[in-house]
Amino acid sequence: MAALEELEAGLKEALVDDAFLAEYEEVLREYAGRETPLTYAKRLSETVGGAKIYLKREDLLHTGAHKINNAIGQALLAKRMGKTKIVAETGAGQHGVATATVAAKYGLECKIFMGEKDMERQKLNVFRMELLGAEVVPATSGSKTLKDATNEAIRYWVSHVDDTMYLIGSVVGPHPYPYMVREFQRVIGDEAKRQMEQLPDAVVACVGGGSNAIGMFTSFLDEPTVQLYGAEAGGKGIETPEHAATLSKGDRGVIHGSLTYLIQDEHGQIIEPYSISAGLDYPGIGPEHAYLKDEERVHYEAITDAEAIDALVKLTQTEGILPAIESAHAVALALKKASTMNRDQSVLICLSVVETKTLIRFVAY
Amino acid sequence: MNRVEAAAKNNDQLFIPYIVAGDPTIEVTIDLARVLEESGAHILELGVPYSDPLADGPVIQAAANRSLQEGTSLQTVIDTVRQIRAAGIQIPIVLFCYVNPILKYGLHDAVKAASEAGVDGWLVPDLPYEENDEMKKTCNEYGNVLISLVAPTSNERVKRIAKEAQGFLYCVSSLGVTGVREEFDSRLDTFITAASESSSVPLAVGFGVSKREHVARLHTQGYGAVVGSRIVKEIEKYETMLRDPHQRSKALLQIKTFVQSLVSS
Repeated sequence: MAALEELEAGLKEALVDDAFLAEYEEVLREYAGRETPLTYAKRLSETVGGAKIYLKREDLLHTGAHKINNAIGQALLAKRMGKTKIVAETGAGQHGVATATVAAKYGLECKIFMGEKDMERQKLNVFRMELLGAEVVPATSGSKTLKDATNEAIRYWVSHVDDTMYLIGSVVGPHPYPYMVREFQRVIGDEAKRQMEQLPDAVVACVGGGSNAIGMFTSFLDEPTVQLYGAEAGGKGIETPEHAATLSKGDRGVIHGSLTYLIQDEHGQIIEPYSISAGLDYPGIGPEHAYLKDEERVHYEAITDAEAIDALVKLTQTEGILPAIESAHAVALALKKASTMNRDQSVLICLSVVETKTLIRFVAY
Repeated sequence: MNRVEAAAKNNDQLFIPYIVAGDPTIEVTIDLARVLEESGAHILELGVPYSDPLADGPVIQAAANRSLQEGTSLQTVIDTVRQIRAAGIQIPIVLFCYVNPILKYGLHDAVKAASEAGVDGWLVPDLPYEENDEMKKTCNEYGNVLISLVAPTSNERVKRIAKEAQGFLYCVSSLGVTGVREEFDSRLDTFITAASESSSVPLAVGFGVSKREHVARLHTQGYGAVVGSRIVKEIEKYETMLRDPHQRSKALLQIKTFVQSLVSS
């Protein structure tokens, strides 16, 4: 708790410090490659025959994912708070790579916890992180995936809070993390809103923990004409036990210091979720998404592995843009919505991550 | 007076062992409760196994996994306490349970059922002081205490938490998770002194307390000792024998001798 209070105080100061904010914006621009383009997906829109589809191209950022926005923000904060070491969890490896990247840039000692199973599945990202100078520590407890990597990162952090900052990769964890990560990701939606000639009728993003979605949605929450949709990982179908559809199928519980929706058994033990995407298989969800669901401001729907693969192929073949499978979940849901809308309407998709890691697995399909 | 409060008040060399319920089986847990009572334990801290035990190190994680594989749940643990009481074992029992199983069971229902089964207190490691109102009120409604944890990093919170502590104040000896350690954190003495100045109940120190010298040092200073991982490790060592009805009593005797060696001065 003391560490969280210290972090909250440090964050509060930083977010009203013009010099800090200016540096954050400058690094986003000159290092990460902001602003990212807004792409009108003409051929994809024509194929669907409904609303015009626009893509917010977070996949074009340095390291290939929106994760770098948050990693830069938190690394600058760590520096400002006098921390010399950073620790992070990673699932698919995107956040781990982003964290290792900023650690290299700022000369911070970096430890990344990664589930042993994920290390096996994402060898290339493990190699990248190590090349960047980070130590990748296998999480061997529990199900040996993202939630266990998070457990191990928290266990490590509470033992080393004096000199270490914990960089959480999504809008999860205890306060102030969900708030902080949202603030460092909202640049996605702020930019997109500026870039669109008029307000979109629908905005779609994928949700695992939910950081790119919150980053995208926040700027549109106060626009009542804009429908917001979150695509959850439906895995092999939400009627099967193999999915990661936390909001569609989970219920109230506490994970990693957040009261939210949770995939759990009847006794309150957390169940390891399943998704084809290692970026979406988190058993919880950012608490703000839980709130937005209950308020019915955002509609969350599950997309199956097969639907996501289908959307990935469609986007690739009509636009020459190959998204990561997690982002393809958003594309799949957007295609469903666009097909029921007319040509004067528009759908904005957050294309959060570029494909770099799992392509070979689709050969099986 | 609640049994935990009485035990904490009446014993100036408080000894509190921790075991995971259902490790390796529920039957063994009942036997171990008796063995620990006979070994001179004043309070039993009974762990409810959890899939994601954030505050625990590898030894207790492994024990929780063994127990979960046996199908142990919060309900099973409550039922086990009922059996412990039916067997005539009187030792005060504090359930060490993460918050999610309690919420899933229903906070009020869980505390009520546990109290009726013979539980005397709760310790919820991932429920911070700032969020514990409802749990505390419900515990007290059923004559139970809610044990509070303070850590060397709790800073100014230490005073607030200590002031409202019930039963005994559980002081975390060092940064990090439970587990066997050689030495204590250097800040321990200053921190505990600060805690004891504000606390209206006795102090017990845990996390890393794993040797006879550790226990003796704490007792000399007037603090209680909580020993978890080191005892759980001993249970792990005798797992096969404990599971075998013919060898169980031999293993229990070994464990008893070990536990007694921790407290004998």
